[in-house]
Amino acid sequence: MTLPIHLQIVNLLAALLLLISFAMLSQRRIIGLVTLFAWQGLALAVSTALVGWATGQHHLYYSAGITLILKVIVMPWIFYALVKKLDVDRDVEPMINIPTTMLIGIALVIFAFNLALPISQLAGTVTRSTLGIAMACVLLAFLMMITRSKAIPQVIGFLAMENGLFFAATSATYGMPLVVELGVALDVLVGVFVLGIFFFQIRETFDSLDLKHMEKLRER
Amino acid sequence: MTDAIPVDPGFTPLAGAWWIVLLWLVLAFAGLIFQRRPHLITHLIIPLGALGALGMALIGAAGLVEPVSRFVLPIGLPDLPFHLRLDALSAFFLILLGGAAFGVTLYASGYLRHMERGALALLSLWYHLFLAGMVMVMLADDAYAFMVAWELMALSSYFLVTTDHDIPDIRRAGFLYLLIAHVGAVSLLLCFGVLQGGGQIESYSFDAIRAAEPAPFWSSVAFLLALFGFGAKAGLVPLHVWLPEAHPAAPSPVSALMSGVMLKTAIYGLLRVSFDLLGTQASWWGILVLGLGLITAVYGVIFAAVQSDMKRLLAWSSIENIGVILVGIGLAMIFHTDGKGGLAALALTATLYHAINHAFFKGLLFIGTGAVLHATGTRLMGELGGVMRFMPWTAWLTLIGALAIAGLPPLNGFVSEWLLLQAFLLSPGLSQPYLNMVIPVAAASIALAAALAAYVMVKFFGVVFLGQPRDPNLKNAHEVCWPQRLGMIWLALGCILLGLMPAQVIGWIAPVVQQLIGQTLHNDGGWLMLAPVDANRASYAPLIFFLVVLAVLLLTFLAVRKLYHGRIRRSDPWDCGYPEQDARMQDSAEGFGQPIRQIFESFMRVERETPDPFDRHPKYRGDSRDNIWLLCYAPIARLAAWLSDQTGRLQHGRIQWYLVYSFATLIFLLVFTR
Repeated sequence: MTLPIHLQIVNLLAALLLLISFAMLSQRRIIGLVTLFAWQGLALAVSTALVGWATGQHHLYYSAGITLILKVIVMPWIFYALVKKLDVDRDVEPMINIPTTMLIGIALVIFAFNLALPISQLAGTVTRSTLGIAMACVLLAFLMMITRSKAIPQVIGFLAMENGLFFAATSATYGMPLVVELGVALDVLVGVFVLGIFFFQIRETFDSLDLKHMEKLRER
Repeated sequence: MTDAIPVDPGFTPLAGAWWIVLLWLVLAFAGLIFQRRPHLITHLIIPLGALGALGMALIGAAGLVEPVSRFVLPIGLPDLPFHLRLDALSAFFLILLGGAAFGVTLYASGYLRHMERGALALLSLWYHLFLAGMVMVMLADDAYAFMVAWELMALSSYFLVTTDHDIPDIRRAGFLYLLIAHVGAVSLLLCFGVLQGGGQIESYSFDAIRAAEPAPFWSSVAFLLALFGFGAKAGLVPLHVWLPEAHPAAPSPVSALMSGVMLKTAIYGLLRVSFDLLGTQASWWGILVLGLGLITAVYGVIFAAVQSDMKRLLAWSSIENIGVILVGIGLAMIFHTDGKGGLAALALTATLYHAINHAFFKGLLFIGTGAVLHATGTRLMGELGGVMRFMPWTAWLTLIGALAIAGLPPLNGFVSEWLLLQAFLLSPGLSQPYLNMVIPVAAASIALAAALAAYVMVKFFGVVFLGQPRDPNLKNAHEVCWPQRLGMIWLALGCILLGLMPAQVIGWIAPVVQQLIGQTLHNDGGWLMLAPVDANRASYAPLIFFLVVLAVLLLTFLAVRKLYHGRIRRSDPWDCGYPEQDARMQDSAEGFGQPIRQIFESFMRVERETPDPFDRHPKYRGDSRDNIWLLCYAPIARLAAWLSDQTGRLQHGRIQWYLVYSFATLIFLLVFTR
């Protein structure tokens, strides 16, 4: 059975999302990471808009628009500015070396697909086959947060996780209600602002954005 | 579900009790409002609280003769109002509370005058809440109200214990108290859950629980939980460890209330649950309570004998007295299940009698100790001595308390211990032969505890008040002010009257005994004489005894005066071998307790600090540590510390590891929910 062309494009975009997730795992430089994050946002916005067009769910256009503005334009711009201001665009040394991380990532993807199989059979949407990819994106973003020791990649990992969740919502139920989505978008934006302020504070306190210095804060 | 509107059949004693509780609540917060005016607190608010206590005693007296009254308070959770009820048992304990609290509170109004302002306002707040909580415990008629009042009592007393919270030892004592109080409270909560049959009975009201007939197994479970929970509050060995820590830590009037009254709320609760709520009793309950009571009494008195801190000594002595009271309860249960109603009534009368006696004399001793502590600044008996010369009022009044607790006639301690021993002596004839053999041993242990208690009091009074001052500064000790004296006089008067009028007191106790076991103690001796069961067997007429003692004293005095004095008496140069004597030659607290420490060394772990032979100012210190603490509690404390250490390893400050925790949890849950 061949899918209509727009759904094929959605599947292609989903594959792109996964690919970008892996690319983020392997990317050492922060600027590169931000760029990848912007691309991921773009793929997400386009696929959301396509799903909206294909299924006639018009509120998805707004979601796509918000995604485009926030995740492709505003946030990357903020990050670029931050990186420039904090002067931290050096090579990031991950805690686990990159090939091992990629292997763990592959295991996670297999796990995510396995996990999504029963759910996607239950879901009645045309995009249900992409649910596994969405969950894999969430898990990979989580993995990136674990393996990075600097503050900015962690925040980007967090945002990438949000991207994965957003995609999962789109593919399983054609997105969340608009109010929820607006709320989430606002939360993410505020979160980025707050974390941006934290970056400055962390650096002022520890002279570095490396989170391992925060070990000093524990008890005893 | 009862209507949430107060039923108001005129002015019942119960309504009066509730008004006094309200008065205390108002006074508690008034102290906070007027915290900048300490005079107002000590001269008006606390004396008013004392008057409230006196009123409470009168209400209790009225409650003994009036019919049972009930009251539903429209407060509490929605659909779960507080039920109050005043019956003979509650009324008796209200008399105990009111009588002891009146003296102690009067004393407090003088004692607290030198306190710092903010602390005074807080103390007044918790003190009145504490009183209100204890009264509510005695009035509560459903498990919910009971637990709320119980917690109010525990928490307010915790804050009272930690009044001087800037001292680390006191914080530690407070924590230990709070911990054990809450372990006990959890046990009580479970007990009420079991009593309520895990939802089989519709409400938690005591009426419903009373009406239900739980299966024997579950009723035993409920009894054991109640024994544990109330035992933790009463200081039953091995749950007593908080008592010798918390009592010395608290300000003296608070120690007096905690020891004299709060411990009795646990006795009240045990009686309420085991005799009233649980209808039928299993025959082994009484034996268990008797055994635990014996252990508590003997253990408590042995440790009291080796203490060298006044308040700690009194705290251990409280443990002993609680043991004696529990022995009485156990004996009453044994007789009750054995169908010997008359003997059960005798044992229960002795128990209740001892409870009220202990409230009076222990309250008196604690506030007397407080007076000495305030005047001299020390609780250590090794630094005191000869205080009687500087504080004659305190000394004489404390002497009355000491004689009473030592069980000397004609004071009150004698009567209750005598009654208890009578119950033991009359016990042959129980249907269980083994029990018949064991009970004389128990009687002997109680006699041993009573004798050792006298020994303890000789030590307490002799070392603190008699002899020569062990510290030159003691000469500056000053007598207490009048409210304090009045408080002590009230309690001493109580000790004397309770001792001189046992027949009347037994008449007051009769309705309680009637309520609990359906029979009263038959006094064969009329109003003058106390003769339980049979006048030919044993009787005691305290008034006659007292008059004879007085007469003999007077005659001796006159005889000595007439026959001996007036003749010239010259002393020898060697002065009976005491040509010079100083304070250091006197028997010290440690020295006095030394024989006991030798004999019972296996019960305790002794830490000694012996001085160097060339030391110019040698100091000897012998500290007896509680073996139960080292064997039972220390391992638990170490285990808890080890477990929290292991848990603490999870926290190492690396964000990545925290993320791994949530990641692993996420994956686990995802796998699990598939």
